[in-house]
Amino acid sequence: MGRCNDRIALVTGGASGIGAAAARLLAAQGARVMIADRDAEKGVKVAREIGAAAQSVRLDVADAASWEAAVAATLEAFGGWTVLVNSAGILRHGSIESESLEDWRQIMEINVKGTWRGCKLAVAHMKEAGGSIVNLSSIAGIEAGSDLCAYSVSKGAVRLLTKSIALYCADRGWQVRCNSVHPGIIETPMLHTYFAEQPDPEAERAAWDQVMPLGIRGEPEDIGHMIVYLASDESRLVTGAEMVVDGGAMAR
Amino acid sequence: MSGRLKNKVALVTGGASGFGRASAIRLAEEGALVCVTDVNEAEGEATAAMLGNRGFFHRMDVTSDGDWTDTMRAVLGRYAKLDVLVNSAGVAAAQDNIEECDDAVWDFVMDVNLTGTYLGCRHAIAPMRRAGGGSIVNLASVLALKGEGGALAYCASKGGVRLLTKAVAVHCGHDKNGIRCNAICPGYMLTAMLYDFLDTLNDREGEHARLASMHALGRLGDADDVAQMVLFLASDESRFVTGTEMVVDGGFTAG
Ligand SMILES: NC(=O)c1ccc[n+]([C@@H]2O[C@H](COP(=O)([O-])OP(=O)(O)OC[C@H]3O[C@@H](n4cnc5c(N)ncnc54)[C@H](O)[C@@H]3O)[C@@H](O)[C@H]2O)c1
Ligand SMILES: NC(=O)c1ccc[n+]([C@@H]2O[C@H](COP(=O)([O-])OP(=O)(O)OC[C@H]3O[C@@H](n4cnc5c(N)ncnc54)[C@H](O)[C@@H]3O)[C@@H](O)[C@H]2O)c1
Repeated sequence: MGRCNDRIALVTGGASGIGAAAARLLAAQGARVMIADRDAEKGVKVAREIGAAAQSVRLDVADAASWEAAVAATLEAFGGWTVLVNSAGILRHGSIESESLEDWRQIMEINVKGTWRGCKLAVAHMKEAGGSIVNLSSIAGIEAGSDLCAYSVSKGAVRLLTKSIALYCADRGWQVRCNSVHPGIIETPMLHTYFAEQPDPEAERAAWDQVMPLGIRGEPEDIGHMIVYLASDESRLVTGAEMVVDGGAMAR
Repeated sequence: MSGRLKNKVALVTGGASGFGRASAIRLAEEGALVCVTDVNEAEGEATAAMLGNRGFFHRMDVTSDGDWTDTMRAVLGRYAKLDVLVNSAGVAAAQDNIEECDDAVWDFVMDVNLTGTYLGCRHAIAPMRRAGGGSIVNLASVLALKGEGGALAYCASKGGVRLLTKAVAVHCGHDKNGIRCNAICPGYMLTAMLYDFLDTLNDREGEHARLASMHALGRLGDADDVAQMVLFLASDESRFVTGTEMVVDGGFTAG
């Protein structure tokens, strides 16, 4: 018996990394999954690998019309919508001094406003029959990085956006739960691109490995398992919570 | 049985009641062999009976170093290893505010909640290291994150458990022994602990309603809600999770 039978999930950023792992694990637990990503080609590929339980749609989370279309495609394909995983996001290096306004705007547009747009549509739809929203924040949304200024700010915003939505829905008696997940360093294309852009990728990698006491590297599935828990009824009492999955990075 | 804890051996303290009992049942359902411990023998035996051939009861007072040694011997004797420790034994007390809380109340609450958890972590490390790793799950509380006037020693003990957990996690990480250590912070839940407290009041219903209203979801959860998180943290699904506190609280701390 699947832990997410009857669930219908829309996963943004589902073509890569954490989103793709979440889509696979949700489908393995019985959910039907719409992979929604700006990279439509990779989205099709991931959906095909999963099989009959998955489909894909092109989505730019920064674009309102694109969101409407992705939700319509989900309802059309599966006849409902009960889980939203907001995993689409971008990472840019930059401090308060080095960061350009353009980078700041783009990070906010995708990481914060993109998540906000998805939540707005999900709440409107799910308030009738219930659902679960899972937002990808980061440990950087709890403890800032000096050279990850806009990124940290965007993830901090997602953390409190999540709590506000959780309280709003709960106050109205709607069965819509909303939680954030805070990954540490996870082996995804985002991370590998980030390392490649560093002056000394090896040193940067070694430094990050030091940050996590556990001494193993995090894989996308490590976050995917938490997302399955939050999507399932096992977490029916959990809302407005922030779930840290970080190899112990924040413990000290 | 979907086997999320296949081949794992677990020790649960406070297993006679509440979260401990619900966790023992949930872990066994997913394939674990479980040693149930408590000072309450009758109810502890009852929990073990619910597990069929997947568990046994061993009496233990978590505040006794000697009892821990004895219990570890029993678990290792029966199942040859230890993978999971759930520290759920805990107490709350009346007259637990800064003006009324005396030495006796303070020591009672601190001994069971904090010293008991510390002893459990200490005794679990060696066998878990030999097993190539393990998972320790400590029951803290939302009162490790927010204050409550009538729960002075309780808040102090649970705040202690929260950071004890992190210190153990960091130590085990540096030691590369494969042991993870996490805390759960439940909101107010419908277990014997809460019913016992409500029974001391004249306005039982009123207090229940007041407590429920402090949780955004407007209701109190039950032991199964916590057991599901215990299961996640005990299983290899959480192999990258350590030193953190997982809130299961109906939105108590969200606002
Ligand atoms: N990898 C990590 O170490 C890590 C750590 C903490 C948080 N996170 C967060 O987890 C989420 C997923 O990260 P990942 O590591 O899987 O990254 P990733 O780069 O592997 O995947 C992100 C996906 O989002 C898509 N995307 C980007 N912009 C989009 C847009 N405007 N519209 C639709 N899709 C868009 C990309 O095409 C890509 O498929 C992100 O929000 C990230 O900030 C990642
Ligand atoms: N119920 C709640 O609202 C709530 C909320 C947050 C945290 N907690 C914590 O969760 C844990 C479990 O609580 P519960 O609600 O299941 O309580 P409970 O009273 O139902 O069960 C606690 C068990 O611990 C046992 N115990 C007490 N002292 C002991 C000792 N010295 N040695 C061995 N066993 C001992 C008791 O006999 C009892 O069986 C406790 O640590 C509690 O503080 C409870």
